[in-house]
Amino acid sequence: MTWFEYLSFGDSGWGDELLAGLGVTLSLALTALPFGLVLGMSVAAASVSARAVPRGVAFAFTTTIRGLPELLTLFLIYQGVGMLINATLKWFDPRAAFFELSPFIAGAVALTLVFGGYAGEVLRGAWQALDKGQREAAEAVGMSRWQVFRLIELPQILRLALPGLGNLWINLLKDTALVSVIALNDLMRVANIAVGVTKKPFLFFLTVCLLYWMVCIVFEWCIARMEKRANRGIRSI
Amino acid sequence: MSVNPESAIVLQADGLQKAFGGVEVLKGVSLTARKHDVITIIGSSGSGKSTLLRCLNLLEVPEAGQLAVHGETLNLATDARGRHERGLQKQIERTRSRLGMVFQSFNLWSHMTVLENVMLGPCTVLKRDRAEVQPQAEALLARVGMLEKRHMYPDHLSGGQKQRVAIARALAMDPDVMLFDEPTSALDPELVNEVLCVIKELAEEGRTMIMVTHEMRFARDVSSRIVYLHQGQIAEQGPPDQLFNAPQSEQLQRFLSSQY
Repeated sequence: MTWFEYLSFGDSGWGDELLAGLGVTLSLALTALPFGLVLGMSVAAASVSARAVPRGVAFAFTTTIRGLPELLTLFLIYQGVGMLINATLKWFDPRAAFFELSPFIAGAVALTLVFGGYAGEVLRGAWQALDKGQREAAEAVGMSRWQVFRLIELPQILRLALPGLGNLWINLLKDTALVSVIALNDLMRVANIAVGVTKKPFLFFLTVCLLYWMVCIVFEWCIARMEKRANRGIRSI
Repeated sequence: MSVNPESAIVLQADGLQKAFGGVEVLKGVSLTARKHDVITIIGSSGSGKSTLLRCLNLLEVPEAGQLAVHGETLNLATDARGRHERGLQKQIERTRSRLGMVFQSFNLWSHMTVLENVMLGPCTVLKRDRAEVQPQAEALLARVGMLEKRHMYPDHLSGGQKQRVAIARALAMDPDVMLFDEPTSALDPELVNEVLCVIKELAEEGRTMIMVTHEMRFARDVSSRIVYLHQGQIAEQGPPDQLFNAPQSEQLQRFLSSQY
């Protein structure tokens, strides 16, 4: 078989499997992104709070997430939360059937936690860099706290945080490869299976390299466009 | 311009007290503004004049006293633990929407165009229709000479231009009283005049205004009343001629002689 046949679509080639794997990789990352952003925003809000308890919780969360290898976070969610759910079910009903936590959900939750932990720090930095005068001007026209946040603070937090968040998003895309260890058929795992069957590691790993790289280039371009739009009112130095 | 003893009271502050970290900055200040009054607060730095202005629109919330604007009286007293009475935040928001504030450092919203800056308050706080607000916002920008720049972002304007936009933004709320906190102190000398001209026009058309400024000649020119603040208390007040020509207290005499 030629390299072209190995990568072709259909029964003998691996092209369709690889594309399906890419689909899993992208949907995993795209699922974790919105939840991770909301989590990160909440962590940032807690860490700039005037009260000590929310600050402490945010600090504990960020240190834990940053202190654990991503792979370990994934195992903790997949195994630990799975066990917890089953123990709880057994406690309510001893004859309850075994509940298997979906690897996709476990992967998405773990990636959300990781993204949220790091994004929290990026967003906190952006929040603290805001011009206080602009917030006062919004308060002075009589806006409610929620209006001030939504209309004045949030757009500027996102502008300041965009380069850091873009970095985290690219990281998230590649961290999805970790879920291959919990038997989710993402791009990385499909490549591993293909290598096992065909004994052509170089061909498949190179193909997968190119696929990850292309996806990252596309998103880097998107992020650059968003940054340009977000900075439209700001004079460059 | 004369004091108007018979016209309606639009803002009344009674016994405002404010401390920062145990240092008393305002020691019970009372101030009444009647319709068409132009009141200028003067005093040396640290006298509490900026704090007084910021307390009037509650960017700083006093620990004691009362403030009445637009028929609503806010009780600013705090309990033993320093907490205000419940529901004050909503009252504060309502009161602020009746007062226009112009800051020393302009504080335009940098992610919005000039026109969006002027329209945001009426659209979000007063919940008015964009189609109805836009022509009024443009008319206000034309008045301060900023209509051609309405689609520009604040970062591309000079200080004087920013301040004129900030005045239009405050006027767009159709406030009962305009508050100016050292509106020309952050400007290059050659830009001061364009802003003072706009403020003077507002005074001449009968806007009620309270301002803090270091431009003594200007204060004397446009004010109906001067309030001299010394160590957190009103030491002297009256018509500009009286205060500038015949200051009663020794502190005011010293303050005025240091100004010229």
